Amino acid sequence: MLRMVSQSKTRIAVALFAGLLVAGCASKKDGLPDNAAGLGLGGANGLGGSGNVVPGSPQDFTVNVGDRVFFETDSSDITATGQQTLQRQAQWLRQNTQYPITIEGHADERGTREYNLALGARRASATRDYLIQLGVPGNKMRTISYGKERPVAVCDDISCWSQNRRAVTVLGGPSS
Amino acid sequence: MPWWSLDITQGNVQPLPIAIADFQSQDGLGKQISDVVSADLRRSGLFAPIDPSAFIQKGLGPDVSPNFQDWTVINAQALVVGRVSPEADGRLRVEFRLWDVFAGQQLDGQQFYTNPDNWRRVGHIIADAIYERITGEKGYFDSRVVFVGESGDKANRVKRLAIMDQDGANVRYLTDGRDLVLTPRFSPNRQEVTYMSFGNGEPRVYLLQLETGQREIVGNFPGMTFSPRFSPDGQKVIMSLQQNGNANIYAMDLRSRATTRLTSTSAIDTSPSYSPDGTRIVFESDRGGRQQLYTMGADGSNQQRISFGDGSYSTPVWSPRGDLIAFTKQSGGQFQIGVMRPDGSGERILTSGFHNEGPTWAPNGRVLMFFRDQRGGGGPQLYSIDLTGYNEQKVPTPGYASDPAWSPLLD
Repeated sequence: MLRMVSQSKTRIAVALFAGLLVAGCASKKDGLPDNAAGLGLGGANGLGGSGNVVPGSPQDFTVNVGDRVFFETDSSDITATGQQTLQRQAQWLRQNTQYPITIEGHADERGTREYNLALGARRASATRDYLIQLGVPGNKMRTISYGKERPVAVCDDISCWSQNRRAVTVLGGPSS
Repeated sequence: MPWWSLDITQGNVQPLPIAIADFQSQDGLGKQISDVVSADLRRSGLFAPIDPSAFIQKGLGPDVSPNFQDWTVINAQALVVGRVSPEADGRLRVEFRLWDVFAGQQLDGQQFYTNPDNWRRVGHIIADAIYERITGEKGYFDSRVVFVGESGDKANRVKRLAIMDQDGANVRYLTDGRDLVLTPRFSPNRQEVTYMSFGNGEPRVYLLQLETGQREIVGNFPGMTFSPRFSPDGQKVIMSLQQNGNANIYAMDLRSRATTRLTSTSAIDTSPSYSPDGTRIVFESDRGGRQQLYTMGADGSNQQRISFGDGSYSTPVWSPRGDLIAFTKQSGGQFQIGVMRPDGSGERILTSGFHNEGPTWAPNGRVLMFFRDQRGGGGPQLYSIDLTGYNEQKVPTPGYASDPAWSPLLD
């Protein structure tokens, strides 16, 4: 499969001004909504229930907003589902401005190490650029790539690999 | 050269039957050294050491001429004998002789003096001498491998730099596992290793002095640096610099600290590797869509694509002989290790499976080491394969292991 040409700024402009669905990179999430992959990472409050989550807290961000977006193989294009997630993120981040933000880019294991480091960086960068377009100050966001070194899901099929192709918006600094 | 001289450039080699007698010594050390010799030669795939229980002439040392008929009867083409004796100053004297059994002639005979702690090295040096005398090619046994030792579960793997002999002996860890470390590579003089580490803040390329343990960041770049490798003269480190969505290749002179940008595309350019004469560089780039291999002059000139097969190509490494480039290829859901000529012709896949990655050349350019991973929650292991593709061997490591890099021959 050919990688979509990733001129993220151009792509974001298209997405913002010409509608939300970007041809050729529509979301195929293997049935997983973006924020469902916070499984086990959402802290003490667990899944779904937002009852005990303090509004404006990092838990609120992870549980109720969704801290991550997913990517197609070898792609750093923000999917339609990812755009929705980032719009929620941007809205929340504009209201809760006290956190330093680190965007972690990740790749699945089906690539070579060096390329995946760069691909993770490209995904983090595309995510950051998208949030900037939505009004989140760029100087508050740093990016880091973990390549394929920090999979969130460990298994051996395609649906699992798709959970690892992600960019995670972390409040307060890198998570690992 | 004897009549049975091995031609290892051919595709399929019949291993040479060789008798390796236990080296004489007052303790078990003689046998331990000759066992190292035997294991090296066997793993090369070019030699078939004969079971010593078949030997007719027992206890043979280097001082007497063998009874050649006793060795032709068991079909030994070559015979190795030796002896280890202590010197007054505490060192060991290790002697060996290599005989051509059918011609009844000595092919080689040498002696070495060494600190007793280095007994395995002496075995490797003798194995290299035998390999070279019989194949006409330099050996590769007296060499080391730097790699990443892995432990813990896959989602939070602990990775430590480690160094070992090429046969997996004498493992020593160089980092403590607190920082994620990747892709170590030897300097040509084997005194230093360049690698990537996550440390605090931005992931960077580092330089580690093996003798002192001293380490430093290479260069002062405004972003993640990764995928480092030394130039053949050891004066430069070449690496990728990540800026936003793009990775470009830079060379840094280690003395002047001057940096030169060699590629400038809106693509991922990485995994650079110099030709052994230092005039050219092979690297991978996705500038055309998927990852493919490209070559360029050492100054970045004349960039041209060399891989055109079905699939994507990455992690190219130029052979120390200059004649081939090894790579990882992804095709049809498989990860393969292969080689091609520097102009892209003559592609051959040596091994294929779920995940094979990151080849590194033995110093003689005849054998590759790489890592292999499996589906699911296990971890990677190191393997070697020769250029025929027939002789694949697992390289023993204490735990999971990845990112091997072979040293030049020691001296």
